Amino acid sequence: MNAIRKGYVTGALIGAVWMVVLAVTVAVAMSFATGAPFRPGMLWSLLWGALAGVAVVGLGRALPVLAGVALAVLAVTLAGIGPILAGPDAGVVARLVGAAILAAALVWSLRGILEEIRPGALTRHEFEEAVIRFLTGTGYIFFTAIVAIPFYVMVMTSLKNQSELIQNPLDFSIDLSQGWDLFRSYAELFGQFNFGTYLLNSFIISVLTVAITLAFSVPGAYAVARLRFRGRAGISRSILLIYMVPMIVLALPIYIAFSMTGLRNSILGIVMIYPVTTIPVALYMLQGYFRGLPGEVEEAGLMDGLSRLQVIWKITLPLSLPALASVSLYVFMIAWNEFLLAFMLLDDPSKFTLTRGIASLNSSEVPRQHLMAGAVIATVPIMALFLGLERFMTKGLTAGSVKG
Amino acid sequence: MSMTPIPPTGTTPLARREARLAWGLLAPTLISVALVVVLPLLAIFWISVKPIGLADLRPPAPIVREAVRGEGEDLRVEYRVRNSSQDQVVTDVVFTDVIPDSVTVTGDLPEGCALSGDALRCEVGSLEGGYNERIIIGLRAADADAAEDAAEAGEPEVSGTGDNVLTNDTFTLENFARIFDGSEFWGVLGVTLFYTVFGTVGALGVGLFAAMLLNKSFRGQGILRGLYLFPYVAPVIAVAFSWLILFDPFSGSANALLVQMGVTDETINFFGDRPLALIMVTVFEIWRYFPLSFLFILARMQSIDTDMYEAADMDGASPFQKFWYLSLPMLLGILSVLFLLRFIWTFNKFDDIFLLTGGNAGTRTLTVNVYEQAFAISNIGAGAAVAVVIFGCLLLFSVLFFRFISREEGL
Repeated sequence: MNAIRKGYVTGALIGAVWMVVLAVTVAVAMSFATGAPFRPGMLWSLLWGALAGVAVVGLGRALPVLAGVALAVLAVTLAGIGPILAGPDAGVVARLVGAAILAAALVWSLRGILEEIRPGALTRHEFEEAVIRFLTGTGYIFFTAIVAIPFYVMVMTSLKNQSELIQNPLDFSIDLSQGWDLFRSYAELFGQFNFGTYLLNSFIISVLTVAITLAFSVPGAYAVARLRFRGRAGISRSILLIYMVPMIVLALPIYIAFSMTGLRNSILGIVMIYPVTTIPVALYMLQGYFRGLPGEVEEAGLMDGLSRLQVIWKITLPLSLPALASVSLYVFMIAWNEFLLAFMLLDDPSKFTLTRGIASLNSSEVPRQHLMAGAVIATVPIMALFLGLERFMTKGLTAGSVKG
Repeated sequence: MSMTPIPPTGTTPLARREARLAWGLLAPTLISVALVVVLPLLAIFWISVKPIGLADLRPPAPIVREAVRGEGEDLRVEYRVRNSSQDQVVTDVVFTDVIPDSVTVTGDLPEGCALSGDALRCEVGSLEGGYNERIIIGLRAADADAAEDAAEAGEPEVSGTGDNVLTNDTFTLENFARIFDGSEFWGVLGVTLFYTVFGTVGALGVGLFAAMLLNKSFRGQGILRGLYLFPYVAPVIAVAFSWLILFDPFSGSANALLVQMGVTDETINFFGDRPLALIMVTVFEIWRYFPLSFLFILARMQSIDTDMYEAADMDGASPFQKFWYLSLPMLLGILSVLFLLRFIWTFNKFDDIFLLTGGNAGTRTLTVNVYEQAFAISNIGAGAAVAVVIFGCLLLFSVLFFRFISREEGL
């Protein structure tokens, strides 16, 4: 450990690995942005990164040094022996832009990462801080990439046409000059594939599920949290246990029962089933929250002559609005995203939910951009709702369901 | 005799009233859960010992078709009574029909048939599976076409008794014998364990990393946090198809990128080759559920007292030491609870693999096997048997879980 805890060695090592990270990132980003082939040169990256790290450590982090490093990276990249290598069909402008982004990103980030690193022996503290800054940078790039790329692929694919998609899978650019024509897949989905109905069905089912779930779980959660009765612990446990029964195990008998009673292919059937899958988790989250409320306020209400039910309605519920909001959001999300039951129980296109509708688009006769447009239509409302109310969701999910 | 107040023994009226109220408040939940969870679970056990296929869901029933043929002297009505099932018998088959006024019946009625007024009633007896019976009755009418229309306007009604496999007393252990037979079951169990263990550990590890990244306040932290939740919040069907398109062997961007970077010469069939498909569905599981662990771990991190870290700083602890000796022990509780919960949920996961590979290319887990047996092979009994096995595993996990969580949470 002591051997690498020297300024130059640490600088060279972190510089080299960081350059690889940056080179891969910039190469992938440039390939996707231009559709032209860019690829990272691993050995070159290690070499130039190590040299850059040594330079920043040895010569200090003054502006001329950083500018020199940046220019050097730019020069070797354009010369074709740099951290990213452009293929023959990459244009001059694209090469220049790629090299410039790489050089700028490198010096800007290396300046931060190697902040406390000086020539000579380093303390354990300085060394570990530098490693942590390097890991943090890598982490941000990694997470943003894994989350953004699939989402972007979804949106981008929905805006293209079949031939564009086959021609160059690397091309992630969107041709904005088409104007409204970009959204033709969406227009076709709403016009020919009934997605308006699916959207409405999904919305109605989700809202009803939330309403029924709350109506059932609020009294139940209050009883488990506040009232003393024999079997309270048992109930509290069985609720969690029921939440763990896999849906596919229940789906089979439900399918049989619904086939026999004619409830298959009906929104009523779905609305009967969905809340039961969400009541246990809602009850569990709410009872956690109710327990945290001060009991004195309720006792004061009881003293003043309110009945228990009035106490729940007039005192407990107004106090737990944030929890109710987060539980509603969570239940809405479960109902909106539910796939298995909708897939098994609905065959009639006029009763489809969005997820069932998307599943029906998954055939070789329907072009892929339609499938992805359907995915976007299902994702955007729930994402928007979620980002808007994210505060509630984070709090409710973590505070109520698993404490401590 | 002195009157000393005796403390109440047993339950007081007040306590009884409270308990009654509690059960009253819980009743809607308990009843609905009993109907939709407990009843189906019992049904699964019942079905798992029944020799029943998808086609047997509809009990065998007689079907009758009516057609008027011929003209003049030869004019006749033909009833064709058919058994809907291919292999099961229907008994006591009787059909009735109304003979319209514009036609009269000629000749002798076939055996079993009787005419009273304009109501025709025929007793066909029992029909073997896949068998049908034709009953012909001669007619006379002024206008053959009008008679045909009139006769066919009224639908004949038919009734019969079929034996329903779902409710009769035939039992079999063949379903269990079938699913435990051969090496397939152990393969499925192995795949399930791989998927569950690596999916759980991976999601926890990646979630821990993400939580450490965001456990500091900076501008845009809220946006990043919201963004990182995307895989969990988006509908599974949307993200699963996005992955399929991204990793498509012919026109997927991931393959184009790898080929161009010189990592591989030919395109890789990510979701179609063993054992890569299993690794890919596990990676998908990690990707989709790291946000959940990340949320819980972050919440716990933010509730750790900062005094402890300041004291550690005073003592000269390095960042890694602080993580290893301070943060990790504080997070151990939430990490183990998350591990158990995620382990069970991953074990139960169906949608993801079903959408990504349909259980092909060595990715068939127990839950996918339920669907596969019940609907792809149309053997509902075998599907139920797999479900019983899943339920057994689950019971085992929950015993472990409650032992542990009672200690952790004081539940």
